[in-house]
This record gives sequence, structure tokens and C-alpha cells, in this order.
Amino acid sequence: MMAETRKLTRQEKKALKERLKHLKSGKLEKRYSRMGLIFMIPWFIGAAVFLAYPLISSFWYALNNIRITPLGRIFTFVGQGNFTQILIQDPDFLVQLVDYVTSTIISTPIIVVFALIIAMMLNMRIKGKGFFRLIFFLPVIIVSGPILGMLTAEGAGSISAVDMQSITSAIESVLPHMLAEPISDVFNNMITTLWYSGVQILIFLSGLQKIDKSMYEAAKIDGGSGWECFWKITLPHLKSLILLNTVYTIVFISNNSQNPIIMLIQASMFSGTKEKGYGYASAMAWLYSVVVLLLVGIFALLLATRKDQYEKMVKRAKKARKKEARNLKRIERRNRRNAKQIERKRAKGKITTHTTKRDDY
Amino acid sequence: MMGTKDREGFLKQLLVYALLICIGFIYIYPILHMISSSLMSLDDLLDSSIRWLPSSFNLSNFKQAATSMNFWTALWQSVVLAGVPTVCNLISCSVTGYALARFDFPGKKIVMAVIILSFVLPSQITMIPTYVLYSNLGILNTIWAFILPALFGQGFNAPIFILIFWQFFRQIPKVLIEASRIDGAGYFKSFFKVALPSAAPAFITVALFSFVWYWNESYLTELYVHGVYGASDWTTLVIQLDNFAANYSSYQQTATNAATNLNESINMAGTLLSILPLTILYFVLQRHFVESIDRAGITGE
Repeated sequence: MMAETRKLTRQEKKALKERLKHLKSGKLEKRYSRMGLIFMIPWFIGAAVFLAYPLISSFWYALNNIRITPLGRIFTFVGQGNFTQILIQDPDFLVQLVDYVTSTIISTPIIVVFALIIAMMLNMRIKGKGFFRLIFFLPVIIVSGPILGMLTAEGAGSISAVDMQSITSAIESVLPHMLAEPISDVFNNMITTLWYSGVQILIFLSGLQKIDKSMYEAAKIDGGSGWECFWKITLPHLKSLILLNTVYTIVFISNNSQNPIIMLIQASMFSGTKEKGYGYASAMAWLYSVVVLLLVGIFALLLATRKDQYEKMVKRAKKARKKEARNLKRIERRNRRNAKQIERKRAKGKITTHTTKRDDY
Repeated sequence: MMGTKDREGFLKQLLVYALLICIGFIYIYPILHMISSSLMSLDDLLDSSIRWLPSSFNLSNFKQAATSMNFWTALWQSVVLAGVPTVCNLISCSVTGYALARFDFPGKKIVMAVIILSFVLPSQITMIPTYVLYSNLGILNTIWAFILPALFGQGFNAPIFILIFWQFFRQIPKVLIEASRIDGAGYFKSFFKVALPSAAPAFITVALFSFVWYWNESYLTELYVHGVYGASDWTTLVIQLDNFAANYSSYQQTATNAATNLNESINMAGTLLSILPLTILYFVLQRHFVESIDRAGITGE
């Protein structure tokens, strides 16, 4: 039987090779890929000129001290000098970076969870759904740095009905100062924080509408409560969207011109002092980007590795089956080895008596 | 869906309505605050008994804010600065999305990875060399600094738009395009005549979002087009709002008759003026805005 299967695979391999040869010579395939590349030309040019080139030269800038003179830009290579200077001497950057990281870590889950709750409420059978959607999406249209700045400055960014002062003071008494400040900042600008969730609400909403209603019915028949339905049906279905929304939220917060760090980068870019300038600002931008990428990566890892119940069960079953197969193979191998040993011994004539004895049974 | 018995469903619905109305109110509270205080006169502002309704509708705030912001020029320039790059974005992103959705070519996965990475990467990292590049090309402080990257698929948030088009073109049945090929259309003709017309929803989505995002961008607009020291004539409403205090004080000095000092009402009037055009657009096209995400199939993945 073994030989037969081996023969079959060999034949199949031959056929496959033949087919591959045939495919390789196909001209349509080639023309297709060529046309694809032609359609991609604008993007390739753009990526080279406006993405790859600036990225590389930004790194080169970061390693240099650049001074602008009437004759042009003068580069002086300083190695990691800019970075050490930023990290050790700059009074603002590190403080604001820590502020940014903590406030992002706090406000991202708030925004995503809030968006999910609103989306679930809007997904129920209610009247005036369109009107509510209209309101919750409105901030997307008007949210921009200067407007948020204006609103915050005039104190319209917080809920005046709720006494924010007591909340902030309570937070500050419990937590160390470094943590307390960003947290109370988030609470102080609660509305503007929530304003970031317009797009996320719509993404969640359209994801919710795609879940099959009959699943909930089946769960209800099996005696599942609404709470269980949420954890076992809704959430697993929205898993990829939660990841998408989290990434979107972080990117949006980082690129928002209310963010003090990017203002700092711009300010040091045009600062006239000797040690600052383009190189210094590039180094800042690199540090900032690495932090943003790390944040996105950490959130993505946290969300992506979380398996749901079904996947876990499938994985466990697969593992068990693999283990069984391995055991079976081991037993087979042992049997074969034993058989060989017996064969050898028999050839040497050691256990002839034994076998004859066995035949007697 | 929630609550199989009618009674329970009713109570739950009541709760949901109450919550939605409360949160909705909190949500638009800043806007309401803006509207009410923009209409107040100075006396109303100082009077602590007046919280929401001003004693008389005072439109002079708007007049002063509008003249100090140079409203009509800024509005026109905002429309151009948001509209033209949007058209470029539409062209380049649709072509790129079509290529990614329809053709297989070597390195396609790498291209996708680069697109996603460039979405996550903060724009600050490429900002400084780009600034130098533009000044070398001589397009700094002109609208070309926005048009050129958009034309080559590197505008603001272009990765999102490319992914929207990609998702959309994948949904169009392949047979449709193959049929047009059999009927004798070339690759470009089948793109223009078959794929593009059926992607109208994606075009609407991308156009709306691109317009809104370009309109609201202040950081890069200030850097590339407006000029950090106000070097060019280009300006937008959002940037005018950003420099509102400075603009207002210079207006105050030149104004001959009775310009009041900058106060909260004028600030809010200026803010309201700068969001007004987009808000009107939003209420006119609200159906397209709200349903766009649903139709564009971002959630399909």
C-alpha cells in the first residue's frame, strides 16, 4: 500500500510540474501583472518621492546639526547627539511625550468603549435612529485643532453640570502627580475626547448590522441572557473592528494638531537657536514616531492575541489530534523497530526456539 | 432584539431613549454653548443671570468676527484648498485601489504593507525633508504643495482612501470586467467605462471625507501652504481661526469706528463662522455622510 501511495504522489508531482510549466508560459498572466504595475505607477512615484525619500533623509537629518545660512543649509554630523540632547536637556519634550502616552492610553479605551456602547444603542429598534446618527457624527465634520482649542479655551469642552473640580481633586489625591495630570486633563475635556468617536460609532454600527440576527435567536432559545449574548456573539464578531477602531483612534489623536508634541516639533524646526533647527526637529519626530508605532503595536498585540471561545476549542482539539497522531506514529515506529530486532535475532538464529514455541500456542 | 417580552422591551427602550438624549445633549453642548454665547452682547456676557438665552440677538459679533477673519476670501480659498486636492486624491486613489484589487503583480503584499504602515506613521517624520523638498521645487506656499502629493497617492489619509477603493473594486464581480474585455475594451477602457461608474458610492465617500479632512487640517496647511510666518496669500478659515486673536487685534487697530475688545462672544462667533460652511454641507448631504461608511465596506474585512 505504501508503495502505491508513493507512486501516486510522484505522478501527481509530475503533473503539477507540467501544469506549472504551462502556467509560466502563459502570456495573459504576465500581461495582467504588467498592467497592474502600470496602474500602480502614480503610487510608486508618490511613494518614492513623498514617502521613502523623506523618510530616509529625515533619518539623515536627525543625525546632523543643520544650520541655515544665506548660502544654503550646512550639515554637521553629530551622530546621536540630537537624541541625547533631546532626552537629557530638553525641558519640554520628554514631559510632553509622557503626557501624550498616558493620555492616549487612557482616552483610547474610553473612546472605543463609548463608541461601542453608542453603536449598540443605535442598533436597537428605536425611532429617530437617523437623527441620533446625525448628532453623533456631527463632530467628525467640525473637529479640528483650532476649533477644539477655541472651545477648550472658552470652557465649552467640559460638562459644566458635572462638578469636574471634585473629580480632578479626587484623582490628584489618589495618584502621583505625573499620572494624575493627564487623567484629569482627559476628564476636563471629556466632551472633546468623546467627540473623537464619530467615525468609530459608524464603523461599529455597520459591523453590528452585519451580525446574523438568527444567532441571537438561537442563543435565546438555548437560554442565553443578553449579557451572555454580548460577550459570546457580539464581541467576537466585532473583534477585528475593535482593533481597526483602536488603531484609527490612536492615529487620529497623534495627528491632531491639538497635540502639543507636534507643535513642539514645529516650533523647534523654526527655532533660530544654534543647537535646534531641522536636525533637532527630525530627531524629535523620529522619537515621537517610534513611540506612536510602539503604542499602536502594543494595542494591536493586546487585541489581536485575544482568542475567542470557539477558536480556543478548535485549537485545543487540533492539538489533541496532533498529539494522538504523534503517539500513534511512535507506537508504529516502536513496533517496526521491534519487528526488525526480532527479524535480526531470528536471522542470527538466536530465537528460533522462541518462535517455534510461539507457534505452539 | 432585546427583551422577548413586550413589557421588558418597553422599559429598556425608555432607558435607551433617555440615555441617548442625555448623551446627545452632552455631545452637542459645546455647539449650543457656542451659538448662544456668540449672540450675546457684552452686557449679557457679564450678567451671570443670563446663561443660555441672550437678552437680544446681537449679530454685531458676527460682523466683527467676519471682517477680522476676512471671511469671504478665506472661505473661497478654503474651498479651493480642500476641493482641488480632493479631486486629485480621487483620481490617484481610485487608480491605485483598482490596481490592487484587480491585478496580481509581484510585490503586491509589500505595497499593501507599506500603505498600512504609512497610515500609522505620523506625518511629522516626513514633514521636514518634505518641507525642504517643496522649497527646493519652489512649490512651497503655493497650492501645488497639496496637489502634487495628492496626485501621486500620498495626500492626507490617502491610505484610507486607497483601502476604501480597493475594498470596493474587489466587490465588483470580475465577470463584468471580463465581459467588457471580451467585447473588445482595453484595460483602460474597461476601467473607465465599467469599473468607475459602478464605484460611485466609493467616490462619494472618499470625496466627502477627503474634503472634510483637508478643510479641517491646520497643521500641515500652515506649514506647506499658508507659511509659518504667513508668507503666502493662501489661507483657510481654520487657520484664520487659529490666528484669531492676532487677526482681531490688527483689525481693531485699523477699524475706524468702535471695534469692541476681543471677548468670548466674538471668539465664539468666529468659531461658529469657521464651522458653518461644513455644517451646512453636512446637513445638506447628511444621508451620504452617514451611510457612506456602511456602503464603502470598510467593515468588510
